[in-house]
Parts: sequence; C-alpha cells; structure tokens
Amino acid sequence: MSNDRRLSAPGRLSDEDHGAENAGVLTAYMPDEPLAEFALAHGLRVAAERPPIGRYLKNLWQRRHFIMAFATARNIAMYTEARLGQLWQVLTPLLNAGVYFLVFGELLHVSRGIPNYLDFLVTGVFVMNFTTRAFITSSTVITESLPLIRALHFPRAALPLAYVMIELEQMMLSLVVLAIILVCTGEPISVYWLLAIPALLLQTVFCVGCGLATARLGANVNDFSQLLPFLTRTWLYVSGVLYNITTLDISRKWVALLQINPAAIYITLMRDALLATQRESQPGAQPFNKLKCQTWHLSPAKHLDWSAYCAPITNPDHYWLYGIAWAVLAIVVGFYFFWRAEAQYGRG
Amino acid sequence: MDAGKPMVVVDDLHVVYRVFGAGGDRGTAATALLRIMGRKTRGSIREVHAIRGVSFVAYRGDAVGLIGRNGSGKSTLLRAVAGLLPAERGNVYTDGEAALLGVNAALLDDLTGERNVVLGCLAMGMTKKETKEKYPGIVEFSGMGSRLRFAIAASKSQDILLVDEALATGDAEFRVKSHARIEELRQDAGTVFLVAHNLEEVEQTCNRVIWLERGQIVTQGENVIEIIDRYIAASGGAPVERDPVTGKRIHARVPLKA
Repeated sequence: MSNDRRLSAPGRLSDEDHGAENAGVLTAYMPDEPLAEFALAHGLRVAAERPPIGRYLKNLWQRRHFIMAFATARNIAMYTEARLGQLWQVLTPLLNAGVYFLVFGELLHVSRGIPNYLDFLVTGVFVMNFTTRAFITSSTVITESLPLIRALHFPRAALPLAYVMIELEQMMLSLVVLAIILVCTGEPISVYWLLAIPALLLQTVFCVGCGLATARLGANVNDFSQLLPFLTRTWLYVSGVLYNITTLDISRKWVALLQINPAAIYITLMRDALLATQRESQPGAQPFNKLKCQTWHLSPAKHLDWSAYCAPITNPDHYWLYGIAWAVLAIVVGFYFFWRAEAQYGRG
Repeated sequence: MDAGKPMVVVDDLHVVYRVFGAGGDRGTAATALLRIMGRKTRGSIREVHAIRGVSFVAYRGDAVGLIGRNGSGKSTLLRAVAGLLPAERGNVYTDGEAALLGVNAALLDDLTGERNVVLGCLAMGMTKKETKEKYPGIVEFSGMGSRLRFAIAASKSQDILLVDEALATGDAEFRVKSHARIEELRQDAGTVFLVAHNLEEVEQTCNRVIWLERGQIVTQGENVIEIIDRYIAASGGAPVERDPVTGKRIHARVPLKA
C-alpha cells in the first residue's frame, strides 16, 4: 500500500479532494446540465446499444463468410491434438453406436420388435448426436470467444451459428458413413433418401435456435455448460434412440408426448427417409388388423413388421408438421432470447 | 464541422467484467447443479470491478491521452467507449461507432497470424474480396504482429478512434508510421483516445490527458505536461528534464516526426 500513500502525498491528490481538484480544470469541459441529457441533446447514442432486429439480421447475413471462416478455424483447432484428427468426428458417434448395440441390442434385447435394429440404432445415434453436440458446444461459445468479443464489433449470434455449422458438417460426414452402412446391411437405395435433406434442414434450424439459447444461458450461468451433458443424456434416453417408443409400457398420452418431442421427431423423420424397414413397419403402414397388432405386442420378436398393422398413436403424416413447428419455434424464441442480451456478452 | 461538438460522453460509468482462469476444476454435473442452486461461483472465475464511477466529455478534435499504472482501467475504459464491454452502471454515449485499435493479443490463440488477420477482417464485415485486397497492405504496413495493423488499415477515417498501446510495439519505423496515421485520422475531424506506456507519445500526440488510478479519475485537463510530471512523481519515477520555455523534453527518446 506504500504506492497508494505516495499517490496521495503531493498535496491535492487524495480522494476527498477530487471535486475541488477537478473543478478548476473541468469547467471548460463539463456541461452544467446532467450528462445524460447533454449527450442526448447533442444526438449521441449509447455506445453498447443493441441494434434493432432487422439491422441485426442484415449484419449477420453480411458476416456469413466470417461464420464459415470461424467454423473452419475452430474445427481445425479442435482436432489438431488428436493423431487421427477429424476422423474422430465420425469415429465418436460410430463407437457410441457400437456400445449401444452391444448393451441394448445384444445384452438387454431392446431390439425386439424392431426390424434391422442396427440401422435403426445407428441412424438414431447420429441424428441425436447432432442435436446434443449443437447444444453442448454452443453453451461454451461465448466464454471461449471472449478475446474476440472484447476486440471487435460483429453480431454475436455469428458465434453459436458457426459452432452449429461445425456440427452440421460433421453430421453430413456421418450421413455418408451411414449410407455405406445402410447399403452394406441390405437397406435399399431409394428416392425416399432425398427426404433426408429437408429433415436435416429442419433439424439444423432447430439446432441453431436452441444453440442461440444455450449460448446465452452458458454465458450467464457459470455452470450451465457442466450440467448440460446430464440433461442431453436424459433426453437421449427418452427419445427413442435405442428403442421403439410405442413398445413402452406407459399410457398412450405419454407415448404421444415422447413421440412429438423434437429430438424424437427429427430421428423419426430421418429413419423414415433412409430405412425402408422403418417405413414399412411403422404403425399405420398397413390397414389396421387387431389380431396381427396384438400378436406383435405379445411376441414382437417373431413378427417383426406386424407393428405395421397397429393404429398409429401419432399420425405419421403429422411428423413433418411437428418438425416444421419445432424448427420455427426454436429459431424465433432462441434468436430473440439471444439478441436481447447482445450488448452484454463482453462482460463474460 | 463544429469544433465544440461533444463526441464521447461518459456518465458515472462503472464496468464489471469476468475473468475466466485457465484450467479450473471441471467438476461433475452434480457439483455443477449444487453450484447453480447455491449461486456459488467457481474459484477460477473472478469478477473485476475495473471502472468505478468515471465521468468526462470529449469533443471533436480532442486527442485524449489515458495514463495510469497497469490495471488502473485504461484499456477497460477504451473497450467500454467502443461498446465492447457493457456498463454495469452509468452510461457511455458516442457520436457514431468508435473503432478500437489494439495490439494486446491475438483474436484466437491457436490460429496463425495470417488467419487471425483474415478472420478479423471478415468479422468487421468485409467481404472475401475486400479482405483479399486489403491483406497485402495490412501485412506490408506491419511487418510483424497482426491486430493493430489490419485494424488501422481497415478503419479508414473513423469519427472516434481508440488506440490501445499501439505505439508500444514495433520498431521505430513502425512507430513513426502509425503516429503519422493517427495524426491523419485526427485531422479527419475525429476524436482520438490514446493509451500508451510511453508518456512521451502522449505528450506529443494529445491535447488532453486523463489520469486513472484503480478505476477512478485522479485528475484530467489540458495541462498535459504538468499532469504527466505529477504522475511520474507519484509513481516514483525520476523527474523529466524539460526546456523551461517550451516544456519539451531535453532528452527525447522517441523520434516521432519522420
């Protein structure tokens, strides 16, 4: 504290004297009216003001090259330390799927009643992995990018957007691997595969919306990003990644709720697009037949695709509507929620 | 071009920001939940109350030097004026957007200088083509380092220019160049804020000076040389020998005029 004492030593420098000290010098600078009024009267604006939504979106579009460049830079940085590099992007979900297949398919026989369980599982794991990763990586993007945020002006939404783009790139790579697996396991290549494109598009919009929301939450709540893996894991277990939701021994209302949760919707859309076995065995695919349906419920392993003769709990035609609704809801709410705090992200 | 027009008004500004320590405990989901419930912060996160009630007005044509020891809040104040750090209390008002030129750190540590420059240009809203066009100029202007250079090259004439430690790095030639550039920008009818370790540069560039300690203003005024001499005395430095008539340093170390 010796420095402080020295500071106050030369006569007029101590704290109490600030007013008197400054008064003489400042008269030339300081207006008589309150500073806020003075500033506004001269047409000045608050420095850290967030732009209106329209201009914000325009700025964001202008930064599209930045978003891609930032995504590439992060992607390279993320994998430079592993020897297999970006191969891990595909290896990780594949290994996950392998573990689930072993435990749930072979040991616990969750696979009963599901034709081509391996493809059912791998598709589910890959799609869910995209959602999960988008949530988790976005939650830390603000903290990780503080030097950038504190150095330059740009719409901060570019950062979570870039992180979701990284995950989308990984997802597309995973889909190529998935296509190879599907062909090798006897799923036919069909025009239905084209439906994977709108399904992925809707899921991406959903992930961007949610990524924006988790980015803000992760910036404000210190431990949000620690808790998130726990929440997404729970989500994975209730979303029919590993099993067929309709076989659950719960009320129809709960089945319907689980079926229309966004994670399950995007998984179902992708499965129906890529897997002929799923399209043909989903409830409602054949005219309702009580006997065949009950037989399937009683001994599902023997009549794999008789589930098609049951009545659907959620109309399959509505899956696309739910997919669109979730995407729109997520992007609107997520974007608004993120934009509200635009000026605050530099605080950390 | 009204010379008396206020460009920056800082009204009882308080700035608080968080510093995330390297590493820190990763913890588990359960401990994270407890921390969220208990509203406890993790040990490695610190809140810094860097600016504590600062008020001043800067007018068109002003070149304001900020002096004070390390950690006194100079850089934080610039970032708040640039709108990059939010005000906890009080407000910063500016006439247009302020451009911050700094050399402190790379944007992203794990990138090469080249990628940092490109990323910075794109972040500031340049198109790919503009970035390509500017890139040689930015690199040529600097020779070394990355950030300040592209920022200077990019920012053409800004109404409000915030320069952080700019002249502290680089060789004599670079200092002369950037000093000239700042003069040029100042003549383009702006307001310049300058943070520099080297007080001679403040003396030669600024017509006003603000002395900060621990986030508060000790004193400010147009008597730049007098304030700087008092600051040097207060921080225990040897007094500067000056020409009694002009006030200029007798042993000037920094040749700023080429």
